[in-house]
Amino acid sequence: MSVLVDKNTKLLVQGITGKTGAFHAGLSIEYGTSVVAGVVPGKGGSKACDDRVPVFDTVAEAVEKTGANASVVFVPPPFAADAIMESVAAEIPLVIAITEGIPVNDMIVVKRFLEGKNSRLIGPNCPGVITPDQCRIGIMPGYIHKPGKIGVVSRSGTLTYEAVHQLTTLGLGQTTAIGIGGDPVNGTNFVDCLQLFNEDPACEGIVMIGEIGGAAEEAGAAFIKEHVKKPCVGFIAGVSAPKGKRMGHAGAIISGGKGTAEAKLEALRDAGVKIADTPSDIGSAMASLIG
Amino acid sequence: MKIHEYQAKDLLRDAGVPVPRSQVAFTAEEARIEAQKLIEETGSEVVVVKSQIHAGGRGKGRFKEHPELGGVKVVKGAAAAKDAAEKMFGSTLVTIQTGPEGKVVKRLLIEQGMDIARELYLAATLDRDTGRITIMASTEGGMDIEEVAATSPEKIMRVQVDPAFGLQGYQARAIAYGLRLEGKTARKMAGFLDKLYKAYVKLDCSLLEINPLLITGGGDVIALDAKADFDDNALYRHKHIEALRDEDEEDPAELEAKSWDLSYVALDGTIGCMVNGAGLAMATMDIIKYFGSEPANFLDVGGGATEERVTAAFKIITKDPNLKGILVNIFGGIMKCDTIARGVIGAVKEVGLEVPLVVRLEGTNVELGKKLLDESGLKITSAGSLRDAAQKIVEMTK
Repeated sequence: MSVLVDKNTKLLVQGITGKTGAFHAGLSIEYGTSVVAGVVPGKGGSKACDDRVPVFDTVAEAVEKTGANASVVFVPPPFAADAIMESVAAEIPLVIAITEGIPVNDMIVVKRFLEGKNSRLIGPNCPGVITPDQCRIGIMPGYIHKPGKIGVVSRSGTLTYEAVHQLTTLGLGQTTAIGIGGDPVNGTNFVDCLQLFNEDPACEGIVMIGEIGGAAEEAGAAFIKEHVKKPCVGFIAGVSAPKGKRMGHAGAIISGGKGTAEAKLEALRDAGVKIADTPSDIGSAMASLIG
Repeated sequence: MKIHEYQAKDLLRDAGVPVPRSQVAFTAEEARIEAQKLIEETGSEVVVVKSQIHAGGRGKGRFKEHPELGGVKVVKGAAAAKDAAEKMFGSTLVTIQTGPEGKVVKRLLIEQGMDIARELYLAATLDRDTGRITIMASTEGGMDIEEVAATSPEKIMRVQVDPAFGLQGYQARAIAYGLRLEGKTARKMAGFLDKLYKAYVKLDCSLLEINPLLITGGGDVIALDAKADFDDNALYRHKHIEALRDEDEEDPAELEAKSWDLSYVALDGTIGCMVNGAGLAMATMDIIKYFGSEPANFLDVGGGATEERVTAAFKIITKDPNLKGILVNIFGGIMKCDTIARGVIGAVKEVGLEVPLVVRLEGTNVELGKKLLDESGLKITSAGSLRDAAQKIVEMTK
């Protein structure tokens, strides 16, 4: 079992002819993902990724012709919000936005647009979602993942790879790994992912990786305390970050005394989550819980 | 991106938000001329000379060279304005936000003196919990709002704005009445809020803070101070705001990094870090601290870094005078380990290496990367895991 994506996922790639979009769509195909369509306005009727993927002008047309049920957005920042909304309007159930650098006010509008709609947005500014050996959507290196029993949810890209690699090396593997992204306004947060993992019988343990800024980790901790019985390991990046300095991610900033690593760690501990002392200890912390 | 008060007031004035009459001055003589103009326009001798630096607490701050002088000075007459300006220009202002080193004042705002009846607080910013712009208002103007939030949070009103509809009249009136304003002043306040919200959205601000918001004896509503921060991601559509950047206010290493599209933040420690990915970069700083040392910087070389960018990053790190050692931590996904290795070798050959260097490579092309480093003949310590790498560099720099 897995969550969000599996071998039945039919992927549509928005921005499939751009450098990043083309490269990663190709890697996803090679990983075994069913990439059924690309959408690039003005390039409908052509083919992308070495003639393997038909390109359409609009998402609606692509969905009608191919039955795509997930979309990934590689569109550049000025046009990315519009691209997300196009997929939501076409009622694609899962929209994953990889694009980094979307203006916050654009995302405020997207979040409002999503209200009452049937789509789930993951990201933006995220590595994507992967169910090992079934479906890779995004930019993560596929080969470090192995099918297994741990659900991973994270705000950071390479830190997720670090955790995934440790879980793979220790033989625990992953059910599904979800990157929710490092922006202050995003689609899906920890709580939704924790709920999905909690309800997935194949998922035996959960790794949650957060960072400074905002209160999404605290909300996740509250959910774990209330609902989750599975073993959970947590890591929060940014213990050493000074207040008021943005640490790379637009969302990773301690402002107004809120969003500190200490508060997040305290909330996780209080929820019974085992804290990995260093990023090198995430895998072993999980191993110590589920053996 | 941050800008100066005078620049924020210019933008607000253009957006129809009431601000005092004022003009920036770059020399003491300019300060005198602008003060004279204000005196003639307003018929009042009272002029305020305000230091322009990117830090708060200016009024209570003091100049190192003139301990009796604050960063904001109320004077009478153009000659007195010039006198104050002469002392302030080139002097170092220390406030609660500048740190003990302070900031050198190079620009002054010359502003008309105002008749103050009440001082309120007003700000617009993102509420991350709801994903909406929030207007915050308080009767406790002029105070540090974080302190108000900590000690008496009930004194801060919050209104969330639905982006589909914008700030509605009833919301603006609720704030006005909540601030105990009445009659025409309440109406002026509602108009002020409408224009402020529109300016926030139009200019892609991340913060618009008016502290204090002034109610004059005549019942007018005026932004006595103004702080505007902008969403860096949206600057591409606001070239006129990008042009307001004052490079004197920014860290030179951070500016250099920006020109290479590197995400870099200077810190106080001694171990330089070069990492790919923001989360892993923060985690690398944390593990250095965990083993008892302090990071000298945050540096994310990004996923698509080239050899040249890696070299540039390395040079920026090695310019730090406090540097005692360097830790390179790369989890190669899209970024290939051999690219990193070539960039590091290129940089060391160019600028030399006077401190210990520990490199931890993992992921795509890791064997090739390690081989390149081994064969380079350079004094580089390699490490297996991030834990191992951090322990080694902390040990070597003790």
